[in-house]
Amino acid sequence: MEYILGILGPMLEGTVVTLEMFFVTIALSLPLGLLLSLARISRFKALRDIVGVYIWLFRGTPLMLQLLFVYFGLPLIPYIGIKLDDFPAAVFAFVLNYAAYFAEIFRAGIQSIDRGQYEGAKVLGMTYVQTMRRIVLPQVIKRVLPPVSNETITLVKDTSLIYVLAMNDLLRTTRAIVQRDFSTTPFIVAGVVYLLMTLVLTWGFQKLEKKYAVYDE
Amino acid sequence: MKMIKIEDVHKSFQKLEVLKGISLEVNKGEVIAIIGPSGSGKSTLLRCLNRLETIDRGSIEIEGELLVSTGLDGKSQYVPEQDARRICRKMGMVFQSFNLFPHLTVLENVIEAPMIVKGVKREEIVPQAEALLKKVGLVDKRDSYPSRLSGGQKQRVAIARALAMAPDIMLFDEPTSALDPELTGEVLKAMRQLAEEHMTMLVVTHEMAFAREVANHVIFMDNGEIVEQGLPEDIFNRPTHPRTKAFLSNVMQS
Ligand SMILES: Nc1ncnc2c1ncn2[C@@H]1O[C@H](COP(=O)(O)OP(=O)(O)OP(=O)(O)O)[C@@H](O)[C@H]1O
Ligand SMILES: [Mg+2]
Repeated sequence: MEYILGILGPMLEGTVVTLEMFFVTIALSLPLGLLLSLARISRFKALRDIVGVYIWLFRGTPLMLQLLFVYFGLPLIPYIGIKLDDFPAAVFAFVLNYAAYFAEIFRAGIQSIDRGQYEGAKVLGMTYVQTMRRIVLPQVIKRVLPPVSNETITLVKDTSLIYVLAMNDLLRTTRAIVQRDFSTTPFIVAGVVYLLMTLVLTWGFQKLEKKYAVYDE
Repeated sequence: MKMIKIEDVHKSFQKLEVLKGISLEVNKGEVIAIIGPSGSGKSTLLRCLNRLETIDRGSIEIEGELLVSTGLDGKSQYVPEQDARRICRKMGMVFQSFNLFPHLTVLENVIEAPMIVKGVKREEIVPQAEALLKKVGLVDKRDSYPSRLSGGQKQRVAIARALAMAPDIMLFDEPTSALDPELTGEVLKAMRQLAEEHMTMLVVTHEMAFAREVANHVIFMDNGEIVEQGLPEDIFNRPTHPRTKAFLSNVMQS
């Protein structure tokens, strides 16, 4: 018990790094994903195609590869090569990757809304933007909550990938302590911390789903 | 001034010509019933009026304002989007499938468009909305979600929702066709009341009794054309065209 209290300090510091990654990624990738989904269903074929290729690239390659590419690969490109610090590099890769997943979730959600909803809004004089904001997207949120919840929980665990950039997140901190102390306890503590984080998320999404359960479709 | 004036309207879906040069004038306060067999283009005609479909050729005027006309190239030319939206707002529409917004309560369904389209204040529109709901007999349902309502109740909310935009013309596309027979009466009653208040109405319907009693003018469409039109008693009692006769004897039997 005393041992656990001793390692808890550095492990919580690692947890803060993990949480920072998580919140920044969510805060940026959700809106970006929404914009991408709207582009994916827009009237402009070129835009649709570009976003289609983007989504294909980022869902079709490992996140680890994308992470390594941004951090180690970008600086090597002649002339335009830019060297990002580890945190911005990781955020950049995570946001682009997760936005691609969210875009597909939102696109499916938007396309699942009945055409009659658009027609009902149009004959009342609403513009496309008003229709999306007030009629379509509020209904989409209800439908995409379960898949968004899934992705979000996956993200908590995916943040551990940043250990390859030598960032001291929860996982890397844990591993360092294990190598120092030759003890399995830190692994177990780390597991509990991850479980607590996903538990809070699960609980939060359950509350949201309850809130949206006031109406049926 | 005519409420609606359409001339030589053509509309095709791919190869299929659905409207083959429709011309029609509607006066203020007129109730027009549009009847005809399935696939004859009745819904498409209504949907062309408020731009749910765009026409290929011809012209549409609403209350003296041009919505679309035929350009020099022989194709339809619509007025700019903002004008078109303003012109079409003069028409309310009620669909066969209600199209209520499921995430909004009955009251919210009614006040949403006046608030965000016209910018009416909530305090101002709520009493009006309640009056409309009272008129269709649904004030006590104001805080219910649409999924909790029967089909007839849903359709009455849809009518109130359309009326909240204060339209001059109401379009109905088979408003009772999705309803159980015992629920059609309450919807027809609300429509009859509107007609008595001299609302200009275009009603696509299979309810021949309603067309006969409430309409002042009946249009029979077949195969993308207006085949015959006139007073209800003439159309129903003395149809002249063989296709009208065939259609009427068909529906009267069933
Ligand atoms: N969006 C569309 N795309 C292709 N064809 C269509 C479309 N909408 C309607 N049609 C076709 O146009 C024709 C006329 O359809 P419309 O819905 O106007 O007929 P209707 O008279 O309202 O028939 P009903 O009494 O069955 O409602 C039909 O053959 C229909 O299949
Ligand atoms: Mg129809």
